[in-house]
Amino acid sequence: MISVNGISKSFGGNEAVKKISFEVLPGESLILLGTSGCGKTTTLKMINRLIAPDSGQININGKNIAGEKPEILRRSIGYVLQNNGLFPHYTVAENIAIVPKLLGWDNKKTILRTQEILEKLHLSEQYLSMFPNALSGGQQQRVGLARALVTDPSILLMDEPFGALDNVTRTSIRKEFKALEELKRKTMVMVTHDIHEAFELADRICLMDRGKIIQIGTPKELLFKPVNKFAKDFLAGEKLSLAFKAVSLEDLWDFLPTTDTQTPNAIPSTESMWDTMEKLQTQTSVEVKNKSGSYKNIDFDKLTAAFSLYQKGNRHE
Amino acid sequence: MNENQQSLWQFMAEQSDKLFNQALQHLGLTFISLFFAVLVGVPLGILIARKRKLSGSVLAFAGVLQTIPSIALLGFMIPLLGIGAKPAIVALLIYALLPIIRNTYTGIVGIDANVREAAKAMGMSAKQILFKVELPLAMPVILAGIRTATVINVGVATLASYIAAGGLGEFIFGGISLNNTNMILAGAIPAAVLAILLDALLALLQNLNIKKLKRELIILPIVILTLSGFYLLPKAYGSSLTAGFTPEFMGRQDGDLGLKSVYGLKIHTIVISDAVMYKAAFEKELDVISGYSTDGRLKAFDLIILEDDKGIFPPYYAAPIVRTSSLKKFPELEKTLNLLEGKINDSIMTDLNYKTDQLHQSPERVAKEFLISQNLYKSPLNAKGKTVRIGSKIFGEQYILAEMYKMLIQGNTNYQVATKTGLGGTKICFDALVNDQIDFYPEYTGTGLLVLLKPNADFAKKIAHDKDKTYDYVKDEFIKKFGIKWLTPIGFNNSYALMMRRKQSKELGVYSITDLKQYLDNNNNNK
Repeated sequence: MISVNGISKSFGGNEAVKKISFEVLPGESLILLGTSGCGKTTTLKMINRLIAPDSGQININGKNIAGEKPEILRRSIGYVLQNNGLFPHYTVAENIAIVPKLLGWDNKKTILRTQEILEKLHLSEQYLSMFPNALSGGQQQRVGLARALVTDPSILLMDEPFGALDNVTRTSIRKEFKALEELKRKTMVMVTHDIHEAFELADRICLMDRGKIIQIGTPKELLFKPVNKFAKDFLAGEKLSLAFKAVSLEDLWDFLPTTDTQTPNAIPSTESMWDTMEKLQTQTSVEVKNKSGSYKNIDFDKLTAAFSLYQKGNRHE
Repeated sequence: MNENQQSLWQFMAEQSDKLFNQALQHLGLTFISLFFAVLVGVPLGILIARKRKLSGSVLAFAGVLQTIPSIALLGFMIPLLGIGAKPAIVALLIYALLPIIRNTYTGIVGIDANVREAAKAMGMSAKQILFKVELPLAMPVILAGIRTATVINVGVATLASYIAAGGLGEFIFGGISLNNTNMILAGAIPAAVLAILLDALLALLQNLNIKKLKRELIILPIVILTLSGFYLLPKAYGSSLTAGFTPEFMGRQDGDLGLKSVYGLKIHTIVISDAVMYKAAFEKELDVISGYSTDGRLKAFDLIILEDDKGIFPPYYAAPIVRTSSLKKFPELEKTLNLLEGKINDSIMTDLNYKTDQLHQSPERVAKEFLISQNLYKSPLNAKGKTVRIGSKIFGEQYILAEMYKMLIQGNTNYQVATKTGLGGTKICFDALVNDQIDFYPEYTGTGLLVLLKPNADFAKKIAHDKDKTYDYVKDEFIKKFGIKWLTPIGFNNSYALMMRRKQSKELGVYSITDLKQYLDNNNNNK
């Protein structure tokens, strides 16, 4: 658990972060969202002490990080940068082995764990002996992720990890990333300015502007209960597509008509409406199964009708 | 051309021992200074990459050092560090510094900020970041700086021979003073080859991939240290006394070669420029030097001349040489010029030189005071007769003589006088005389024989050590060949001579070259 209490930071008289506080629960992924210069990256870098706060305190699992040796602290926190930050003079294998080496792992353990993480990230082992600049941007970013995950840290910090990639690569890597079992258990703080990315990956979103937190909440809360005009305007242009991403079939369950069918390849009701609509592009209907084990068969018309009812309900609240 | 080339190879083959030694010294000098420059420059580059505010002033300072002309820098070093290896190494180090500091700084500053941040974020310490990330990534740029510094150093190291630090400059500058093209090339070509070779080797290292570089980087300092060691090797032999000889003296039969063959003198010798030699002897850096017997510094630094008891240094008696046509044109000239006959002996000439060189009195004043003391001075008649043109070579003694002749002519005849002093070397002066640009100038019998007439070696050897035979021979030959007449000698003999400090000479009981040889033999054997 990370708890941030009233931290501030100025750069040459310019206040980048103003007395902000938030908590990240174990296993939760919190996304710091905002425009350039809103203080989100500064906030992120204060968590692993790349930047020292002027005032305030950050605790990780109840311990004040200011009392720990910065090198030791950083070795226990995974960090992924926008431009991957791979060492150009190290091979992929050596890049991945940096933190294990700092932690004094033996070679065998490092090699086994490297193989494991490569497999999970769909990276071929033939890359191991190559230098980073021989790899594509997407592959480099995967290696950067592997480097951050190889020691299985409980906390992962990511600074615009997909920011430098082209749209197609970004979408596909984001999808892989979301499906990665390795990440489900991790406490994650990620910085982005991409609203869609935030809505796809976040448990909660922390919307920032000019060094202050405007609103912290789930994607749905941000979308349907914006606290002020800024929060509302920030999402305004994308509202419909964001809603499709924020709303899951579970949210719509009560508005969907009941059916009696039951098939083994049903999708879980946690699936977002966006993903379900994508599936309905190639097939006329899909089976959904909810937590309590009941099944429903839906098609495009049923889905949009349910969504429309759901939105009405939200507005009345 | 062909013949010339062949003789160059012959020269190099003959001198191969010396050449090899000089090349090793040169390499050693280059690398020893490079080693220290890396030791100073790389940390300084790292420091200013950390504290960028310092970078401007540090780089500017190193840049200013770089612009000091090499000879001047070596000159500045002498009062601080004396002569020999120390000042040469320091001077070379200073030249190597700028490219190394600048490239280290540029290399480190140029590293991708993301890479540095990643290193920090993964928990590397400042030291680990420096050695595992910054230095390896900056290494190609740093190596480029070292490469530049190496090539600069190979070039500047040729100048080290001026202050007795050895190297290929000994041949180059010896060759220049002796007008010996083969000797110049024997030094210059290996120096150029060294520069090209080292540049290519470092280029190879620089272009190796970063991975392999890790190993090479360990080898590099070892190689540099080994090469530096070459410089120390030739120092291993030695004698109880140290001699400093000019490059010209080293290459002459009536110089070092004669000392070895006629006297069998075995003395630890370093090569040094004439400009700093006397002072070095005075400051006890050197014990024996080769000088000119009438040089004013002999008196200034209280040095004495060792007697040339086997007569290897030919006499250089000074006398005016005049065109026969001028003697007809100016009937009173010969009589007037001969007024100085026998008036100036060695010690008087040394004293007069001392007054101009060390006390910085004008040649005019020195000439006038001397003539007054000899009762030869007469006020100028300010006559409006024909003009006599006087020439002189470009050193103090000749200026004084030219002034004396001018005053004598103005005081005793109705001729006018024009002086054309400071005519480069012997050749320029003599050509001016032959081509009727001047009427006379003071010349030396030894120079007339060995430089201007150049008879065959056996004959020259026979007569060169006899003052009168030499004078008679040049007098006859000059009339026959050039229509130029040698008037009677002025009296002093400005020949090569070996010199020591007066005090040391007394202590050791060494008054002649033979004494010196015996002293050296006794003491070297006792070692």
